[in-house]
Amino acid sequence: MRLLDLLRFSILALRRQRFRSAMLLTAVGLGVSAVVILTALGEGARGYVLGEFAYLGTDTVIMIPGRKETTGGMPPMTGVAAHAITLEEMEVLQRAVPGVTSLAPMVMGNGPVSYKSRERDSMVVGTTAAFFPLRKLEIAQGSGLPELALGEGKQVAVIGQKLKEALFDSGRAVGQWIRLRDYRFRVVGVLAGSGDSFGADLSEAIFIPVASAQAVFNVHGLFRVTLKVKENYQVEAVKSAIAKQMQALHNGELDVTIISPDAMLSTFDSILRVMTLGVAGIGAISLVVSGILVMNVTLMSVKQRTAEIGLLKALGAPSSQVRTLFLTEAGLIAAAGAVLGILVGHGVVLIGAKVYPGVPFATPAWALWASLALAIGTALLFAWLPAQQAADMEPVDALGKK
Amino acid sequence: MIEVSGVNKTFVLGDSTVHALADINLRIEQGEYVSVMGPSGSGKSTLLNMLGLLDRPDNGRYSLNGVDTQTLDENERARLRREQIGFVFQSYHLIARLTARENVEMPLMLAGVPAKERHEAVAGILEKLGIAKRADHLPNQLSGGERQRVAIGRSIVMKPALLLADEPTGNLDSRSGAEVTQILENLNREGITLLIVTHDNSMGDRARRRIRMVDGAVATDKTFEHVA
Ligand SMILES: Nc1ncnc2c1ncn2[C@@H]1O[C@H](COP(=O)(O)OP(=O)(O)OP(=O)(O)O)[C@@H](O)[C@H]1O
Ligand SMILES: [Mg+2]
Repeated sequence: MRLLDLLRFSILALRRQRFRSAMLLTAVGLGVSAVVILTALGEGARGYVLGEFAYLGTDTVIMIPGRKETTGGMPPMTGVAAHAITLEEMEVLQRAVPGVTSLAPMVMGNGPVSYKSRERDSMVVGTTAAFFPLRKLEIAQGSGLPELALGEGKQVAVIGQKLKEALFDSGRAVGQWIRLRDYRFRVVGVLAGSGDSFGADLSEAIFIPVASAQAVFNVHGLFRVTLKVKENYQVEAVKSAIAKQMQALHNGELDVTIISPDAMLSTFDSILRVMTLGVAGIGAISLVVSGILVMNVTLMSVKQRTAEIGLLKALGAPSSQVRTLFLTEAGLIAAAGAVLGILVGHGVVLIGAKVYPGVPFATPAWALWASLALAIGTALLFAWLPAQQAADMEPVDALGKK
Repeated sequence: MIEVSGVNKTFVLGDSTVHALADINLRIEQGEYVSVMGPSGSGKSTLLNMLGLLDRPDNGRYSLNGVDTQTLDENERARLRREQIGFVFQSYHLIARLTARENVEMPLMLAGVPAKERHEAVAGILEKLGIAKRADHLPNQLSGGERQRVAIGRSIVMKPALLLADEPTGNLDSRSGAEVTQILENLNREGITLLIVTHDNSMGDRARRRIRMVDGAVATDKTFEHVA
């Protein structure tokens, strides 16, 4: 039988059983669109996280106080690091570890920021001039924080775009004095853009010199330090050099955690990839469930068309041809359902991307092909048994039934 | 062309055994016109199905055009049915979703003949059977006689040597029954071997050779020189 005739014959048969065909189409379509949507979610999450890390670049290292024990054993009872990371230690680090070009310590806090009668509760970041280039943050007006010695405080501040609008509307912010708790700071710069980074909206933050932040919040230890690795230095080597230095400074105890975004990136990447596969698997289960429906519908169809099967055999159709006819019907409906599912799923993904422009929702091409192949494959697999039943019928018996 | 010897077929239903074919020996030459008559349940359809390779006898020999069919596998039997045998059924067995033309084309389509050649082959047949005007109608838009003519068209489109008709006029009124009989007889005149199972004496008596079955066996098998 020619392919075109086979397809036409099958389509005519499917059209005769409109309700059943529609049911199958819906079931397969739902399964496929589930795969399309779920993988788009997974990939969106992955892209989002990776995008966040990309801000940091691959030549940076982050140090945070405390150590996560991965070898097991009791966690420290206090729950906090024995030793804080101090600014003095950072000075040592800068001098003693040759692979570090610049470092941006961070002290984090929250406080009311006010200008005249306006006030906003803001995230406060105490850091250095190096912070802005490290985090790829651009200055829209004025300048970044001035180059200061690490321990040197100064009453200057850079504010995020939204904070600026909240306090000054469209007025000029640079040069104005604002108040943070009991301290006054002169605005020297305004950040450009939304500055969305690691889930924190930096456009609503205020940046002040790290020593000043220590004074404002009366803290000594650093929240986190971002270090930039010099060109031609191995990130891993610099990491261990930093660790060795910190261990020496902390009386031989290694109680800081040093992570390179690069390594974390690949960890996250693989975790999120697995997650995407996992959710794709959930969608795939619904496809397999639709396979059972395919089997039942094909069984019904074979029962109902027994006389037709008998006729085909009487006309000389070999068993394999009878089987092919029923498999083609199942495969066709699955393919149509899959295409429908891809279209619907794609539509939903597009709408999602419109609603959440920050998340890069996109169904990976492999998921499209895999769901199409899985839909058709499952349909053929599950239709095989009833199709084989049809093929195995004795011509007389089939013809005799009405 | 047909040689049957020592063929039996029994059906077991519960604890009763029916001897549908009892030691049948039969020889039919190419081009013969044979009617098979007999009471209901005498095995006429079983014989026809066996000759048409739709059913297998329990034992015995059946050779068709020199081919011993009892040793063939299902694929080879399908091939013989496709190439050598045409069937006409009492209930037409048309495919409801296909037009008259498409029903006639069906065997060609299954055999993989391209559409263009199919149309050419079918056009002549539709014309000859007087259903050319009905070619694009669905079976449920046709009268019984027209349906049976479509079925006959389908049975001869592969140019078989043997045409088996099981009560082809059983569902038809006498006029369209006579037309269908006429068509079948014309085909026989063109050389096809024709076997008709019928309950209708006047139709059975039109055949030169008349076989009468009783209880699965051939009771009489007469050939007449002159036909009414
Ligand atoms: N599949 C079957 N299972 C059981 N018994 C069967 C089967 N097919 C036929 N028979 C029996 O075999 C016998 C012959 O049946 P067959 O159909 O050949 O008769 P027939 O001469 O064609 O009768 P009719 O004129 O009513 O069509 C009958 O007794 C019938 O009941
Ligand atoms: Mg019968």
